[in-house]
This record gives sequence, C-alpha cells and structure tokens, in this order.
Amino acid sequence: MLTVALFLFFSFLFFCFFFFLDKSLTSCTSEFGGHCMGHGAALKLQFLNKHFLLASKNKLGQLHYEDNITGKMVGNFRTSLGHSDTMQVNPFNNVLAVGHSGGTVTMWKLTSKAPLVKMLCHKGPITALAFHSNSHLMATAGMERKIKLWDLRKYNIIFQKGLLARATGSFVQIWGDFSGSYDYSRYIGHSIAKGYQIQRVLFRIYEDVLGIGHSMGWSSILIPGSGEPNFDTWVANSFETRKQRNEKEVRSLLDKLPPETIMLDPTKIGSVRPTRKKEKSTKQEREAEQEAAIEGAKNISFKKKTKGRSKPSKMAKKNQEGIAKAKKPFLEQQAKEEEMLKKKRKRNEEEVELPKSLQRFARKVPTT
Amino acid sequence: MKVKVISRSTDEFTRERSQDLQRVFRNFDPNLRTQEKAVEYVRALNAAKLDKIFARPFIGAMDGHIDAISCMAKNPNHLKGIFSGSMDGDIRLWDLASRRTVCQFPGHQGAVRGLTVSTDGRVLVSCGTDATVRLWNVPVPTLMQSDDCSDNEAKPLEVYVWKNAFWAVDHQWDGELFATAGAQVDIWNHNRSQPVNSFEWGKDTAISVRFNPGEPNILATSASDRSITIYDLRLSSPARKIVMRTKTNSIAWNPMEPMNFTAANEDCNCYSYDARRLDEARCVHKDHVSAVMDIDYSPTGREFVTGSYDRSVRIFQYNGGHSREIYHTKRMQRVFCVKFSCDASYIVSGSDDTNLRLWKAKASEQLGVLLPRERKKHEYLEAVKNRYKHLPEVKRIVRHRHLPKAIYKAASLRRIMTEAARKKDERRRAHSAPGSIPSESLRKKRIIQEVE
Repeated sequence: MLTVALFLFFSFLFFCFFFFLDKSLTSCTSEFGGHCMGHGAALKLQFLNKHFLLASKNKLGQLHYEDNITGKMVGNFRTSLGHSDTMQVNPFNNVLAVGHSGGTVTMWKLTSKAPLVKMLCHKGPITALAFHSNSHLMATAGMERKIKLWDLRKYNIIFQKGLLARATGSFVQIWGDFSGSYDYSRYIGHSIAKGYQIQRVLFRIYEDVLGIGHSMGWSSILIPGSGEPNFDTWVANSFETRKQRNEKEVRSLLDKLPPETIMLDPTKIGSVRPTRKKEKSTKQEREAEQEAAIEGAKNISFKKKTKGRSKPSKMAKKNQEGIAKAKKPFLEQQAKEEEMLKKKRKRNEEEVELPKSLQRFARKVPTT
Repeated sequence: MKVKVISRSTDEFTRERSQDLQRVFRNFDPNLRTQEKAVEYVRALNAAKLDKIFARPFIGAMDGHIDAISCMAKNPNHLKGIFSGSMDGDIRLWDLASRRTVCQFPGHQGAVRGLTVSTDGRVLVSCGTDATVRLWNVPVPTLMQSDDCSDNEAKPLEVYVWKNAFWAVDHQWDGELFATAGAQVDIWNHNRSQPVNSFEWGKDTAISVRFNPGEPNILATSASDRSITIYDLRLSSPARKIVMRTKTNSIAWNPMEPMNFTAANEDCNCYSYDARRLDEARCVHKDHVSAVMDIDYSPTGREFVTGSYDRSVRIFQYNGGHSREIYHTKRMQRVFCVKFSCDASYIVSGSDDTNLRLWKAKASEQLGVLLPRERKKHEYLEAVKNRYKHLPEVKRIVRHRHLPKAIYKAASLRRIMTEAARKKDERRRAHSAPGSIPSESLRKKRIIQEVE
C-alpha cells in the first residue's frame, strides 16, 4: 500500500492530524459535551479547525458535516462515486478533497450539493492524498504505483519545492526538491521492522519529525529540514501556558468562520466582482442578425382584407415597409458607429498636428 | 557529518521569572495563517455587532434650571466647565465631571439669549431680551473644585443697557471685542458701555452671530429675513450676503478650515459654505426632520453636532451628506442648543425640558484609562471594520439606528415628498422645450440670491 504525506517546510498536515486527534476530539468531547454523532460507520474523519466543523466519510460514500459547537448535522452529501477511504482537507481554503476508487478526486464545500471540482487523477483507486499548505500543490497516490503532483491553480501535473514522504509496505521514502528545478530526488529512506504494514505517514509542522502509523502501532523518525523552525506565538505555540490556552480557545470560538467562507479561492472575500465586459458582436454576426430580421419580416403573412386592401400592390408595399422597419435599427446602429469613428479620427488628427517647424518631416498623406 | 535537527529548549522559549512578560515569537509567513481574509471579515462583523452592543452614548442629565435652556457657552480655558442660560433669566456654570452647578449668575430680567466667554476664559458675556449686556467674572477653576455649594452667586462686573432686545452674542477670538445680534449687529468693547460699531443691512433682526476663529475681524450673522451676512470689522459696511429660501438659525465656523462655515437651516438641512464662494453650498447635510436649531463644530474640525426641533441630536462628518449618529431619549424635548466639548469627546445638549444632557461623541467608546493592549485591540478592530465596511452585512449593522417612531415616520414622509417633487420636476422637464427648465442641484437650489 502506498501512502503519501507532502510538504515540509510549511506543512499544515500536522494540524489536521495531530491537532485533530489530540485536541479536537478529546477537548471537543470534553468541553462541548461529547456529541453523539450520526455519521454512520465513518471511515475517515477530518476537522476544519477554523469553522469548527467535523467532516466524515462513511462506507456508503456519504459525506457528513457536523457543527462542533451546536452538535448539529449541517451537511449530508452523497458522493455517488463509490467506496473510498481517502479524505483530506486543504488547509489553504478548507475545501475537502475526497479520493475515490475510480481514480477521481472530488472537492467539496458545505454550501453546495455538487462537488466544486472533479478531476480524474489515476487509472486505479486512489490510496492517498496530501496538500501543501500554500494552496496550489496536491499530491495523489494511486494503486497503479504512481504518485502525481498537481497544480491546483491549473489542475494539471507539476512539481514544486518541498518534501514528500511516501511509504510502501514497511519502507518509508522521503523525496525532496532541493535544487528548485522541479526535480524530486530521493532524500532519505527508512525501513521499519519487516512485516509491519504502514498505513499512514504525517509530517509534524513545527518539528523535524515524521509520524508513521503502521499495523503494529505508530512510530516516529527524524527527518532533518522537514519542520518549520520559526513558530508564531499567535498561531501555534507549543509552550503556551494554561491561561494562554484558555484565552486562545475563547478567541478561536469568537473567530469561528461561517461555512460560506469555504471556497476555492478564499482571497476573493471582500473583493469586488469584476464587471463582465460586454461582448461586441462581430460584423458577420451583425449581418447575420440583420438577414434573419429581414427574412422574418418577409415571411409575415397578412390577413386577407376586403375593399381592395389586399391587392398585390398593397401587399407588396406593406411587405416593403415591414422590411424597412426591420432594417432600421441596424442602419441606425451602423450610422452611429460611423459617426463615432469619424469623431475619433478627427480627434486623432488634431492631436497629431505637429508644430510648424516639424511639419515638413511629417509623412505626406495621399490626398486621394 | 553533523546533521542539524530542530530542538527547542523550554528555557529559550519561556519566561525566566513569573513576573516577566510571556515571550512572543512572530512569523509572518502567510502559509501559516490560512483564510486570513475570512477571519478578518468575521472579526469586522463581530466588531460591528459589539459596537452596537456597547453603544451607550448617554452619560447623564444636569437639571437645575426651571425653564427651557436657550443658550450655552463653553469655557475655552477650562475643560470641565460649561455655562448655560435659560428662558427665565438664569445663568449657571456646570461642572461636567460631577454634573452639578458650580455657580449661578442672577440678574437678567427676561430670557437669556446669548452667552459667550472670552478667549482667555476670564470674562463671561451674557445678553438677553431685557436689552442688557452683562459681563461677569468667571470663577477660578481651583475655587470651583473646593467649593461645591450650588448657591454660590456672582455679581456682574458691568451691566450695559441698550435700546433693543438681543438674540445672540459671540466673543472675538484673541481680542477685546464681542458682537451682539439684535435689531442690528453691534460690536462692543469690554470697557465701554456703548457699542463701538454698529452694522445694519436691511431692517430685519439678526438672530445669530459667530466670529471667525482664524481671522478675528470677520464675523458671520444670520437674520430673520433668511439671509446670511459676512461682516468685516475693518470695513465700515457689511461685506457679503446671501439670501436663502428659509431662515438660518445658527452658524458655526470650521475651526480647522476657517474659511468654511456651516449654517443650520430651518428647512431641516445644514449647508456648508465656503465664505469666499457663496453662490453654492459645498455640502448639504440632510437627515433631520425638523428645523435645525443649533450647530457646533468639534475642535478637530472633522465633524459637527446639530440639535433640532425634532427632539434629536445628530453628529455629521464635515463633508458627509448624512449623519453618522443620532442621539435621542424619551424625555428629551426640543433641542435649542448643543456644544461639542473642547476635547472633542463629549457633547452637551440643552433642551426645552430644562435639562442639559451629556453625551459621548463616539457612542461605543470605552471611557477611562485604556491599557496598551486594550487600546491596540480597539485600534485593530477599528481598522478591520474600516476595511470591510463596504460589505453589505457589515454596512447594514454599522448604519442601522433605532429611531423614535415620530422621527421615523416624518423621515419616510419627507422621503416620499422629495421623491414626488423630483418626479414632478422630471416630468415637467420632459414635456417642455429642451433647455427651458434647467436642472439645479440642491446645493444651489436653496439660495435665492447673492449680494455683494
């Protein structure tokens, strides 16, 4: 079985796993009363720490979201893409990525029924998923023994600097890109006792440690250069006192994000939607439109009237009038455009008016 | 080969003694703080809500007068003191900190209509409908603190009797002169029992007068013939005049941009003018639903406070078309005079119900000494709120004010009326020859003529 954990320098995965296990489950159950969950037979859990949402994926391929503060189930989606046991939250935008047995990866948010993104990544089932915390790097591992790195801005395969840990059987391998030329090479290999099957590997964000979960428990190894050496006291502080922790808890509850803030590009919040530029129709399109309007005017059938009002000459005249009427807006538009063009040209000419001394160097415009 | 691995010793990252501050380490890498905009937005929303919760602008009422308050004056030399004059001829000096009367100045027979203090804060000038101008000695602040009996009565320094009733008085900045408004505008000196100079333009009564804070020889008056006149003491005749469609009740000069003044008009609006260009208002401040009775600028010059006949006090930006704040209570009646305190953090209003009321200038501001961390937090929340104020949810919360039913109904009625007038105008224009009915902006529309 192939397992992947990506990133290193700024990886947040630690948060999603260790934080989740140590803090949210234990502290949530103790402080918020230990909600009884209707998640079904959950295979995988993920915690969106800023939204206080617990996401789960069950055997039937259903996705559940539970609000940890109120204890209510807030979302329930069917993925309808088959059994899967890989699910990972993207730390950049808190969008949930789910890998499926058909080789597709889908991304979900709480406020939409359909997946935001559905991408075919592998030819076989997906065995592992990992994100780089800078938003646009995703690593997927497939049953067909391939690891792919994806640029989430363009949704195609790329490589970028960072460290990647992969595990097969009882062997862990760390890949790194130290040259910066998108060339991942082997950095460190480590094999644990034979016969142990590695289920999952995870980097710790602020330590040079890789945690390995295997069939006989879990162990950890040192990977130099994998952790973030400078932590921020206001983001994560491993030396915090009890008072600081209490304060942080209150503050994080005050800053609980509403589920609508989960979106593919969270930097869009507070910005103005660009106005859609009005497409200018091409000349051919306009001509076609005019033709169609004239055809429509030609094909109008008139009522049969008495007292000579339906004489062929009258009918022809009426028809002509109808055609002229249909043509009129187009002609007007054309005239207006021509006038604008003329004005523009005139303005340009005025601007180009050179001083007298330089005029003799100006190119002569042919008068005809 | 030596390989380095992260190892952090507790000594390095925690404080040495329990009295020390906790150590703080920063890393501003954006990858560590994801969803920053969303977090800021939520904080802005919460800050806006908290502002609403903590908006308790009313500090207290000062009662003691037995008739409506007609005028007030602040002492430029003493922050806590404020003078008020009432319709029964009573003048009182209040201590804003303890909200009690410090001193009374009895003597006026009729209503006191004008009060002002000289720039050095020593002399109080009052005038009233009994056609007298009285000069009083202002008690020394140290004496005010030690002496808290309220029946401390003062004797006037001088009493000058003149021919007509007075409507307003204002003292020159950094000078010996003061001006009274009545049947004409009179300029007085402290030491002379008769006006040194008199101005008259038309036959109507001047009802308010204000000296320019920047140029001590210039003053603006408004009269009951709907005019605003600007006088220059160095000239023998008035300088300029405009006639508006409705009467101007009061005028205030912007202390930071002394060429600009704002006129509180009878038609519910305030008009900011540039004194050099009187043909059009610089800004029209709308929101009141009844005549604006008094106006006073904040010493910062960025906002001003107005009191209105609709029983409310509003605060406007100096360049904002609508008010940023409205203050009202159930018991407050018609507001006749308002003053901004000299430190721009309080507002005093005097109303028909014989009370002076003390308000905070910023409704949700925390009073008292702030710790540095508290102050930082307030600044941060203010900045975040400012950044996201255009988003609809934040905007809705920040803008919303609870209005008394009467004001709410009158405002909606006014809106309907202006909308109807606009529509009618539009239709009239559409059905007449092009160009025959020119459209005029509101800033010009209310001015009838400008006279040089």
